[in-house]
Amino acid sequence: MSRTLFDKIWDAHVVDRLEDGTCVLYIDRHLVHEVTSPQAFEGLRLAGRKVRRVDETIAVVDHNIPTDADRLNGINEPESKLQIETLEANVAAFGVPYFPVSDARQGIVHVIGPEQGISLPGFTIVCGDSHTSTHGALGALAFGIGTSEVEHVLATQTLLQKPAKNMLVRVDGVLPPGCTGKDIVLAIIGKIGTAGGTGHVIEFGGEAIRALDMAGRLTVCNMSIEAGARAGLIAPDETTFEYIKGRPYAPKGADFEKAVAYWKTLPSDEGAHYDKVVVLNAAEIVPQVTWGTSPEAVIPITGTVPDPQAEPDEARRAQLQQMLRYMDLQPGQKIAGTKVDVVFIGSCTNSRIEDMRAAAAVAKGRHVAPGVRVLVVPGSGLVKAQAEAEGLAKIFTDAGFEWREAGCSMCLGMNPDKLTPGQRCASTSNRNFEGRQGPGGRTHLLSPAMAAAAAVTGVLTDARELV
Amino acid sequence: MDKFTRLTAPAAPLNLANVDTDKIIPARFLKTIKRSGLGKSLFADMRYNADGSENPSFVLNQPKYRQAQILVAGDNFGCGSSREHAPWALLDFGIRCVIAPSFADIFHGNCFKNGILPIVLPADVCEQLMDDAAQGTNARLTIDLEKQVVVRPDGEEIHFEVDAFRKHCLLNGLDDIGLTLEHAAAIDAYEAKTPSWKPAINGV
Repeated sequence: MSRTLFDKIWDAHVVDRLEDGTCVLYIDRHLVHEVTSPQAFEGLRLAGRKVRRVDETIAVVDHNIPTDADRLNGINEPESKLQIETLEANVAAFGVPYFPVSDARQGIVHVIGPEQGISLPGFTIVCGDSHTSTHGALGALAFGIGTSEVEHVLATQTLLQKPAKNMLVRVDGVLPPGCTGKDIVLAIIGKIGTAGGTGHVIEFGGEAIRALDMAGRLTVCNMSIEAGARAGLIAPDETTFEYIKGRPYAPKGADFEKAVAYWKTLPSDEGAHYDKVVVLNAAEIVPQVTWGTSPEAVIPITGTVPDPQAEPDEARRAQLQQMLRYMDLQPGQKIAGTKVDVVFIGSCTNSRIEDMRAAAAVAKGRHVAPGVRVLVVPGSGLVKAQAEAEGLAKIFTDAGFEWREAGCSMCLGMNPDKLTPGQRCASTSNRNFEGRQGPGGRTHLLSPAMAAAAAVTGVLTDARELV
Repeated sequence: MDKFTRLTAPAAPLNLANVDTDKIIPARFLKTIKRSGLGKSLFADMRYNADGSENPSFVLNQPKYRQAQILVAGDNFGCGSSREHAPWALLDFGIRCVIAPSFADIFHGNCFKNGILPIVLPADVCEQLMDDAAQGTNARLTIDLEKQVVVRPDGEEIHFEVDAFRKHCLLNGLDDIGLTLEHAAAIDAYEAKTPSWKPAINGV
């Protein structure tokens, strides 16, 4: 029978099947960070259990950690400090491999997994973080789990799960210049909505997806969760194998060849069944920017803010009105030209070297607009080092941008990088919920080039006008 | 985990769609290393004013809903992050059951791990229950998990679907890890077949 990529990975990981169809699913890689693991380790300790497979587990600090250079001298905020110290005590006690803040390999968990070759095609990958869907770009089944499941995986290296439904999102055609993976995924979410993928694993396919480099694919899969999907997947191909080859924890030599031979069997079979299919034409995509407080509230940079009066459904109309109030925007106003206070270039969505290059291409020879604060936060210590070696960091600092240390930073308002009430931010991150970047903060999601364009003009700007 | 069998309690109406986990509990409250004590931060940005005082118009601040154990909400409840702090905060406040037309997947799963029953019912039925809830403490709902029914104040029974395995675990307060470890031999056998090329994360 024809199977999808998802079906094949699922079938290869079923350890046992319960009567009602619930499966004991084997997990190949478990990524652990400081925020969602303390209660899980505590649970193990109370039950006298060990970590079953420390050699399939990796821990890192990212959410809480400050991104200023001073952080190596200690963390001021007592609760963050305790959470990080708790992770360090837990990895020491349970023998879990760990990249501490002093290690160049430290970074955002969804950046370092692919970067180190820890995340590989055909694997099942979990982490106590919804953006684990990122790793699906390699052709892995990767999804976020809660802390109870973190404990479950630590103890058993498995999860109790029922299979998801299959959904195909096919992006045909060629993406216009100035558009990126971020614009593709925002356009998809705009089309299917934040619950469009609920209960499904989305496989992204089509010419425009195949043409993306690995960074673009990671961005697309990263935001699958913003479409409500359990996970996002892209079939592994030569782009994938080229990306993986030579990475520290990837298979080497003959093992790599064996692995590639297996990975080549993973793409969906001809005629495989999808429960839902959505098709987009890449040629119609324009750089995207969100105007509201849900990722589905997205428009082209050339567009205008929608008028709630045009919405027939009363509850939905009230929601749009609340979004406009919160975002301090008027119906019908052009989104381009909206003044910003802060620009954030970073997060597990857009903090890889390719993202840094895209932002630097716009920033080069320009200067930050008066009154705007710009944070550029590389996704890992290694991205930071590479950006410095390529001269990108100098472009940013010459432009008056802050060049910071690796971490989640201003994506989620858990560390010192936060918006203050009323501030408006052009952000390459993934969520524009009320208060996400700090209480009262206003978020516009967009690509790294678009963020850099907002930084140098001080307003939301079509980056295509600057390159 | 506490068992969930039968619950009769006031229900609070939260007539909003897409209530995300940042709304249920903002990220700044996730810096804890405990599961308990999060109830006071539940819905913090809607429940409290900027100066920390209570916002009297927020539903859970109204006297008739302070003892609510059931929440009736809009579509796509619990979307966003995987933080289990969201069900922990609901549970710590006293909520044992959330009824909505749909839930985000991760939140839905996290509820079951914590003795909270998420019930999916059609939007028009949820609206009726929202109306019931609007009557406050005088109008209690009963949730009977064994029978899979919500009983309205007028006695009408509304059937709901629930995954059989998850129902079994909730009714008996079962710990998933203990159940999975009954499959230890199968896990051992699976690991014994690991392909030779699969690298270990060693030597960090």
